[in-house]
Amino acid sequence: MSYDATFRVWRGDAAGGDLQTFTVPVNEGEVVLDVVHRLQATQAGDLAVRWNCKAGKCGSCSAEVNGRPRLMCMTRMSTFGEDETVTITPLRTFPVVRDLVTDVSFNYDKAAQIPPFTPRARDADGNHRMQQVDVERPQEFRKCIECWLCQDTCHVIRDHEDNKRAFAGPRFLIRLAELDMHPLDVVDRKHAAQDEFGLGYCNITKCCSEVCPEGIHLTDNGIIPLKERVVDRRYDPLTWLGSKIGRRPRR
Amino acid sequence: MELERHEYDVVVVGAGGAGLRAAIAAHEAGARTAVVCKSLLGKAHTVMAEGGIAAAMANAYPEDNWRVHFRDTMRGGKMLNHWRMAQLHAQEAPDRVRELEDWGALFDRTPDGLISQRDFGGHRYARLAHVGDRTGLELIRTLQQRTVALGIDVYMECTVTRLLTGRGAGAADDAADGVGVTGAFGYWRESGRFVAWQAPSVVLATGGIGKSYKVTSNSWEYTGDGHSLALQAGATLVNMEFVQFHPTGMVWPPSVRGILVTESVRGDGGVLKNSAGNRFMFDYIPDFFRKETAETEDEADRWYDDKKNNRRPPELLPRDEVARAINSEVKAGRGTPHGGVFLDIASRRPADYIRKRLPSMYHQFKELAEVDITAEAMEVGPTCHYVMGGVEVDPDDEAARVPGLFAAGEVAGGMHGSNRLGGNSLSDLLVFGRRAGLAAAEHARGRVDRAPLPDEALADAARAALAPFEREGGENPYTVQQDLQQTMHDLVGIIRTAPEMEQALERIAALKERVANLSVEGHRQYNPGWHLALDLPHMLRVSECIARAALERQESRGGHTRDDHPTPDAEWARTNLVCSLAPDGSVALTRQPLPQMPPELAEIFEESA
Repeated sequence: MSYDATFRVWRGDAAGGDLQTFTVPVNEGEVVLDVVHRLQATQAGDLAVRWNCKAGKCGSCSAEVNGRPRLMCMTRMSTFGEDETVTITPLRTFPVVRDLVTDVSFNYDKAAQIPPFTPRARDADGNHRMQQVDVERPQEFRKCIECWLCQDTCHVIRDHEDNKRAFAGPRFLIRLAELDMHPLDVVDRKHAAQDEFGLGYCNITKCCSEVCPEGIHLTDNGIIPLKERVVDRRYDPLTWLGSKIGRRPRR
Repeated sequence: MELERHEYDVVVVGAGGAGLRAAIAAHEAGARTAVVCKSLLGKAHTVMAEGGIAAAMANAYPEDNWRVHFRDTMRGGKMLNHWRMAQLHAQEAPDRVRELEDWGALFDRTPDGLISQRDFGGHRYARLAHVGDRTGLELIRTLQQRTVALGIDVYMECTVTRLLTGRGAGAADDAADGVGVTGAFGYWRESGRFVAWQAPSVVLATGGIGKSYKVTSNSWEYTGDGHSLALQAGATLVNMEFVQFHPTGMVWPPSVRGILVTESVRGDGGVLKNSAGNRFMFDYIPDFFRKETAETEDEADRWYDDKKNNRRPPELLPRDEVARAINSEVKAGRGTPHGGVFLDIASRRPADYIRKRLPSMYHQFKELAEVDITAEAMEVGPTCHYVMGGVEVDPDDEAARVPGLFAAGEVAGGMHGSNRLGGNSLSDLLVFGRRAGLAAAEHARGRVDRAPLPDEALADAARAALAPFEREGGENPYTVQQDLQQTMHDLVGIIRTAPEMEQALERIAALKERVANLSVEGHRQYNPGWHLALDLPHMLRVSECIARAALERQESRGGHTRDDHPTPDAEWARTNLVCSLAPDGSVALTRQPLPQMPPELAEIFEESA
């Protein structure tokens, strides 16, 4: 049931580092994070790694496993051959802090820039009323566990540090889509999506949807519909005329 | 000493549901507020809550109201709950849920567009507001986004190691000697550098203690820091003997043992079966709940659609009852191949319904155990899930016995008595988080002259934090943690006896020695071994509280089952156990009479079931 696996784990900090090789026992049913924990407990007590729930619900233990963005807690060892070397490296889009831990403050900065949710008034009896069918569309995006794997894989920012200023990344484009579809929200963020969060940078290659551990259809259900509505708004001649003669607010 | 310093009115320790709700309340009351949390914002343990938020909104059943919810909560806690907390909780939960919608939460709906409510163990009516089986994620994201929108300062990946107290915190109405909270001391996980916050009010919202147990649904953060910090600052803990073992954790494969399987599986129609295929829960209905529990499978099955004329299935008894029953079945040799029992929803509900109602469970079993829950039964068994005990607080303002110290959520005690009902945790976080935040802001407002943080205390806290680096050749912290987890699992687990708990206390004493001598490798930058070394003293202190209180309470009640005292006892029904720290650092226990419920509330229990 048990076997010895070869793990190569990137160790280092902002100044540099390299892959270190470990031989470590693996038991039946284990995931990559179990093996990383065993490394910590037996061979590398100070190996830096983030994790919390170990159940695929919190999105903390993101890393690149054999080059692919994954949650370590949801990557079963049985997906690798026993003689296959497993290589773990930190998320490439973000600056390394130490070992597998990266500085993800980019994401928290972008989150803070999004104009907050603003609801319409409640009904007279103090309730909000919404139909299930209407809440289901934005609910898909609220499944997001903020693991940042979509941000990591997105080629707009993965190897283009310069684009980070102008592009919020797939996670926040679906946040904008979610707010746009929210039955109670009254703020129009379509212009902001284009001008401040870089919606136009996305050329819908769908890499983000492929790595999403929650199976969210970021591109098809979030980003493309948002692009369509932005186009409606910006290039509809009547809307354009309205905005010019001041009968319709620009945002 | 290099030290980063900050000044606030209110510092909230912990960024789960209670901490964020407290911070929002304190900020809105005008206090300069900071949140300090060990993980990134949005990763707190609240995110793992699945089933829902209990609130008598009466959207599904007009008969529901706060009195019924209050009654269910007290009975679920075997009447040991602080009646005032249970009352406030039942009364205020609906408003706390509604305001989440004003902040963007999207709950599942009823056909007429209101918040949908689902069935759960121990609740007479369907009353859990929910989002599929990821309600905790919705709660944390909503509060997180609100916190960000309000611009509240958040210190992420930052661990508090000491609460600072002192005299003359500018207080007129404090205890005679004027000792109160003056701030907190901690370190940044990323850099290992120290940081101190000067603040007249500190709200503890640090969650639970489950990481002291081997099989647990809790994350690494649940090391009992808040419980331990409160004790060290001079506060008291109540009800520490009561630890909830959730009846349904995963049991296989070994690496996922303990991961939670939501009670919603049973609320939505799932049943428990032993290896012979029997619905064994019918054999474990206690007299206390007999009048309100179905006697036959037919009646139980009819209840899902007609609650007026049928009684609740025994699978939906409170968690302590179900966990004990599963434990007994496995011990009697009627367990599954991997030492659990079967939880079957596949044969009872259509596959589409299961995927729609329980998407995370479907995903979790598919990915981690290669089990399709729409086609086959799950294997489940008890897992350490929640501590009912916690900081003893005033029910109305969540103030601990130390002026300026407040506690809310799992770290606070009293609300749930000897056993918490499912769904009552998320509502607890919201109701008492808000109350704690408001009271903390109010407390700070009266304190214009802020006591400076004494240099000696800061230097001492820094020295203690760095001690593991000073020692060489000592034991590694991971080994000590594993031994503690094994001890608590084997000796202070779901079924307890006096000799075993005495043995546990001996082992804890020996582990304390080992912790005092362990050493860590590497340097201060993001070093998990060092972080664990600093968490271990908290874990040991809290484990000692649990073992001492459990040894003292010679009866069985709720989340405390004694093999050598198997029944409830009338005298213990009127008694709480309170832990404090003796001058020599050991845990002292005192017996305290249970607060008396006023007659107008006591009447509720005389009405027919």
